[in-house]
Amino acid sequence: MSENNILLHVDGLKKHFPIMRGLIRRQVGAVKAVDGITFDVRRGETFGLVGESGCGKSTTGRVILQLYRPTDGKVTFDSMELTMMRSEEIRRLRTRMQMIFQDPYASLNPRMTVGQLIGEPLVIHLQMSRHEQTERVHQLLELVGLNPKFNQRYPHEFSGGQRQRIGVARALALNPEFIVCDEPISALDVSVQAQVVNLLEDLQEKLELTYLFIAHDLSMVRHIATRVAVMYLGKLMELAPREELYEDPLHPYTQALLSAVPVPDPVVEAERRRTILEGDVPSPAAPPSGCVFHTRCPLAVDICRDVVPEYRQVRPGHFVACHLVEA
Amino acid sequence: MPRILEVRDLVTRFYTPEGVVHAVNGVSFHLDEGETLGIVGESGCGKSVSVLSILRLIPEPPGRIERGEANFMGRDLLSLPKEEMRFVRGAQIGMIFQDPMTSLNPVMTIGKQIAEPMLEHLGMTESQAKDRVVELLGMVGIPHAKERLDDFPHQFSGGMRQRVMIAMALSCSPKILIADEPTTALDVTIQAQILDLVKELRDKLGMAVIWITHDLGIIAGLAERVMVMYAGYVAERASVRDLYAYPQHPYTIGLLGSLPRIDGRHARRLVSIEGRPPDLLQEPECCPFAPRCPYVIDICWDENPKLRGTGHQHEISCWVNVKEVTPEKVTAVHE
Repeated sequence: MSENNILLHVDGLKKHFPIMRGLIRRQVGAVKAVDGITFDVRRGETFGLVGESGCGKSTTGRVILQLYRPTDGKVTFDSMELTMMRSEEIRRLRTRMQMIFQDPYASLNPRMTVGQLIGEPLVIHLQMSRHEQTERVHQLLELVGLNPKFNQRYPHEFSGGQRQRIGVARALALNPEFIVCDEPISALDVSVQAQVVNLLEDLQEKLELTYLFIAHDLSMVRHIATRVAVMYLGKLMELAPREELYEDPLHPYTQALLSAVPVPDPVVEAERRRTILEGDVPSPAAPPSGCVFHTRCPLAVDICRDVVPEYRQVRPGHFVACHLVEA
Repeated sequence: MPRILEVRDLVTRFYTPEGVVHAVNGVSFHLDEGETLGIVGESGCGKSVSVLSILRLIPEPPGRIERGEANFMGRDLLSLPKEEMRFVRGAQIGMIFQDPMTSLNPVMTIGKQIAEPMLEHLGMTESQAKDRVVELLGMVGIPHAKERLDDFPHQFSGGMRQRVMIAMALSCSPKILIADEPTTALDVTIQAQILDLVKELRDKLGMAVIWITHDLGIIAGLAERVMVMYAGYVAERASVRDLYAYPQHPYTIGLLGSLPRIDGRHARRLVSIEGRPPDLLQEPECCPFAPRCPYVIDICWDENPKLRGTGHQHEISCWVNVKEVTPEKVTAVHE
């Protein structure tokens, strides 16, 4: 893989949120939301990041965009190390990296019209004139499949799917190369999810976008992503090209996770073998010793309790953190 | 199998400041003993309101059950006196909801909460009820059940709370368990645990189950029959095998096409259903799905189709015989 094929490089990234107690707010611990993860995102690909709630996938997206500053580790975007930059420099880079949020009801200011919402980044970053701005807003609304005449309307006049289109238009306003999509469809009705996913796919092709697609819906990630990483308690368990991950998962957690997803087909369901994991996900404030998954792993042996497994490449492009997987 | 529940022509509306919400518009269905029926649909399709109406759990006002019947073991639930209805809800039909945290009392220990219906309806003594609670908690897979009786709901995780809810719903050995999206708020590995548990208990106790969900995947592995709802109407109803293999209502076809599958056996491009879910403030005079339907023909705009049989236990509310329409013709009709 040549260097300039890689748009984003994440190296040993950590984000610990302090837990404060008492009158003088002494730090008594830390929630290890992201605890040392490493991966690359290639230009033009959709990199899927999956995991259950609380695994740190959303925090990862935010730390990459420097919405939170990391506790440790590096994020390199197009050969620039974001973690070393001052806020002012990061702000200028926002024209190139954007985010689409989960909840289209909470992420749009209800007192701004659609035109203002989408036009805001144009004024702040590009100092566009009113006329240029109107034109660009029209163009963007058309691009995401909304009627340009809607630019005077307010968010509450739109359905969930349409609001998410507004969110997409806003993210696209500055012509970014890289977009973090943080659960962009999980708040939408099933029949509308496909509309938004198809839109994201069309835009990627048209505008040569690179996506980091964060989701808990493993079926949708299989559909949209080129490579997929599985996260558990702040760590990457496995990373592989899409087909390889879904057809031949190596990590016991990935195997259990995939087997837990129901298939909308009774014939297939009747034949399927499920690995049912016992217990709940432990708290990221007190993660288990050794391999963080050992408390729920059906295959765990002694070494898993004591030694943190190395996250390593076992096949070309296929990374796993598990003592039991042979290279 | 003998019929345990028969619902006929149920109509429920909500009188809100914005207007009348037509939530359920003449829904009929039945449930046989020991059978599992899946009710599938998106938010606002009337799947929850239908079932809450049967149990008379609709807040009145603003809601009102306008008409219909719900025969359960020889009695019409919709005209039952309040006291008897309480007995039905407490002892004969168990319910589990999406969010256990809002359905459990946060300031009452779970031991007391689970015992309550048994003290009230079965006339058990405190110590009998306590023994039964421990047994129930063990049955739903809560470890060290005895030591957890004095714990409060917030001391349990989401999955464990849902188990507590199930224990409570099953405490009086109900004939029917109604599950209203109980796994929607849970992670997929926890969802698998709960589904596994419900299947096991259903088979062991022989109760009938109504499972309400928006997830066609869950129903495929759980139910025998399935009913797809749209805009307060039954769009399609069939055995699970039939519905997934030969969907006939354009909405069902669209829904199944819009779902990617974990086993990768779906089209490279998802089929999307254009447009948005219906506005329930208008009582539809035409087919409620017509504005989004790729198969729409003239009559769809004039008259709302009634549910009709198209094969063995297979019914749809649609004017079009989708099987007979070739894709070219569909496009022509659409344009």
